[in-house]
Amino acid sequence: MSANSPDSSSAAAAPSAKGGLWAWINKRLPVDSFISHELTGYMAPKNFNFWYFFGSLAMLVLVMQIGTGIFLTMYYRPGDAFSSVQFIMREVQWGWLIRYMHSTGASFFFIVVYLHMFRGLLYGSYRQPRELLWVIGMLVYLALMAEAFMGYVLPWGNMSFWGAQVIINLFGTIPWIGPALTQWVRGDYGISRFTLNRLFALHVAAVPIVLLLLVVLHLVALHQVGSNNPDGIEIRERPGPDGKPLDGIPFHPYYTVKDIFGVGVFFILFALVVFFVPTFHGLFLEKANFTPHDPLSTPAEIHPVWYFTPFYAILRAVPSKSGGAFLLLMALVSLILLPWLDRSPVKSIRYKGWMSRLALAVFVVSFVGLGYLGMQPVEPLYVILARVFAIGYFAFFWLMPFYTRWERVKPVPERVVYHAH
Amino acid sequence: MRTNRYRWMPALLAAALAGVMAQGAQAADAGATYGAHWKRWQAQVNVADRASLQRGARDFVGYCLGCHSLRYERWSRLGKDLKIPPQVLQKDLIPPGQKPQDYIISPMTADAAKWFGKQPPDLSLIARYRGPNYLYRYLKTFYVDSARPTGVNNLVYPSVAMPDVLSSLEGLKVAVYRTVEVPGPHGTTLKRQVFAHFRQIAPGSMTPAQFDQFVHDTVNFLYYVSDPQRAERHRLGVWVILFLIAFTWLAWLLYREYWKDVR
Repeated sequence: MSANSPDSSSAAAAPSAKGGLWAWINKRLPVDSFISHELTGYMAPKNFNFWYFFGSLAMLVLVMQIGTGIFLTMYYRPGDAFSSVQFIMREVQWGWLIRYMHSTGASFFFIVVYLHMFRGLLYGSYRQPRELLWVIGMLVYLALMAEAFMGYVLPWGNMSFWGAQVIINLFGTIPWIGPALTQWVRGDYGISRFTLNRLFALHVAAVPIVLLLLVVLHLVALHQVGSNNPDGIEIRERPGPDGKPLDGIPFHPYYTVKDIFGVGVFFILFALVVFFVPTFHGLFLEKANFTPHDPLSTPAEIHPVWYFTPFYAILRAVPSKSGGAFLLLMALVSLILLPWLDRSPVKSIRYKGWMSRLALAVFVVSFVGLGYLGMQPVEPLYVILARVFAIGYFAFFWLMPFYTRWERVKPVPERVVYHAH
Repeated sequence: MRTNRYRWMPALLAAALAGVMAQGAQAADAGATYGAHWKRWQAQVNVADRASLQRGARDFVGYCLGCHSLRYERWSRLGKDLKIPPQVLQKDLIPPGQKPQDYIISPMTADAAKWFGKQPPDLSLIARYRGPNYLYRYLKTFYVDSARPTGVNNLVYPSVAMPDVLSSLEGLKVAVYRTVEVPGPHGTTLKRQVFAHFRQIAPGSMTPAQFDQFVHDTVNFLYYVSDPQRAERHRLGVWVILFLIAFTWLAWLLYREYWKDVR
């Protein structure tokens, strides 16, 4: 069978060929045409590398979080939150496995999403015509951050309580409406059981619906413009005699079998954490959250879970609270605006010049550095370092219109670079 | 309020100190530098060591349950996980009036807050909250301090409200300090007292080695209670990962087979 001439898409042309019930269904619901359009007939570049596993893995984790989350809601009680989590962990059959999968899944979600986003930075996947795809992806990321924050509050340990205190108080920095808005979000004059109850409602119903909708839109937009690839070449611009891209292969079966292998590797790593280090040495489940919430006892150090710490470090790097909150907002806005900041004639880092490579390296070091500093106590040296890294973070974005135009780029090949197995 | 109730305690301990001075001098020679490196002490936790867990459960019931509960653990679960026969569990561990299916609740009443200044905390999750090394160091660094209402203080948790309930086993020890010079403001040097080591002033009913084992067992037990399915999780995890490796290997073969066609 030749990869470049799949015959599977012809199924849509003749659904009646299968006859009987299947034809009856297809007359009323476009099952075959959906499969042929989005899977067997969706042509993906053949040169996807390691970095292209993380999109499908992110979807896998989303499904896993929803699945395990549904089972957790069967026993979780916001009125008796801390004890009900211990009940799940100790007395519900397989409750510990479901809960550890859910808590580990939250961290793995961010790991795969960060790698997925980094792939976009590497190969210019946000560039024309994929600007909207990137923006929708960023909205997925924002919804995910909201979802993860609210999920972190639900066990109602002491870090849950004080984390909620810090994050919800950020609304208070908004001029004029801040204090009233904060009170409205909390549903009380302080973080209370009413706050917990509404965060539960948002975590299990409202935000998951938004997340699912955004993920569907992300995929619709992807299939509209087609996938980018490590060379940053538009494969649809080079069709073969059959009208299909010369460098494209059907997503199914080629990338489905490849992704199944990726899923296997992912689950091995995931199971290693779930079964052997579910707290990941206090990084995935923090020590201070194994004691019930206590409004009279502040933990020695309040910091969010690792996936928020880069932004938390930016927030703390500024002496004024409203200034820090503004910079935090700008850190996210900069990411969203990326498609319009990159002015390079090429997409992929493979053909960009040394300035882009250096800028990306500075960005990665800054992001990881901020992530580390966000977990550390506020000390003079750390504050200075956080400011340096914050400058590195923003320089990557706001100098991009200049360095991407100034630098000398390499010639982009006509066809994608692919070495057969 | 706590100072009133325990006002007699420093005096008692001071008397004990004076009374055993002769023995204390001998003990001091034996362990002059004992405790100097307490910050590096490690708890030996191993949930597969069932004998240690069983001893720890016995010690917990004997010395901790008077004040501390394990309100997320049932007696029956404890018996099952630690392979303690039901008759032994009922006879030696479960307090009168409690049933195997009950949670492990201390008979201590709410008055405890009045006696100690705070309610003794529940210990179900203490090993996850503090970590086993913290618990080990905490239980081994009580020392005589007549300034405290309980007559004792602690290196890990200074001014702790808990009395030294294990002193009958360990005996009494005092903290010996040494003076160090630290740089002060404007190029001056300041003299500061820092902890050097412990000096045993009264023996307990246990030898130091026995007491050390006692603390290891108790901490190991609390480590088990903080996450009772840990052993089961590890056992199951090995099989899950072996299965996933086999699955991933097959997926790899399938992937190679399909991709042979792609040129």
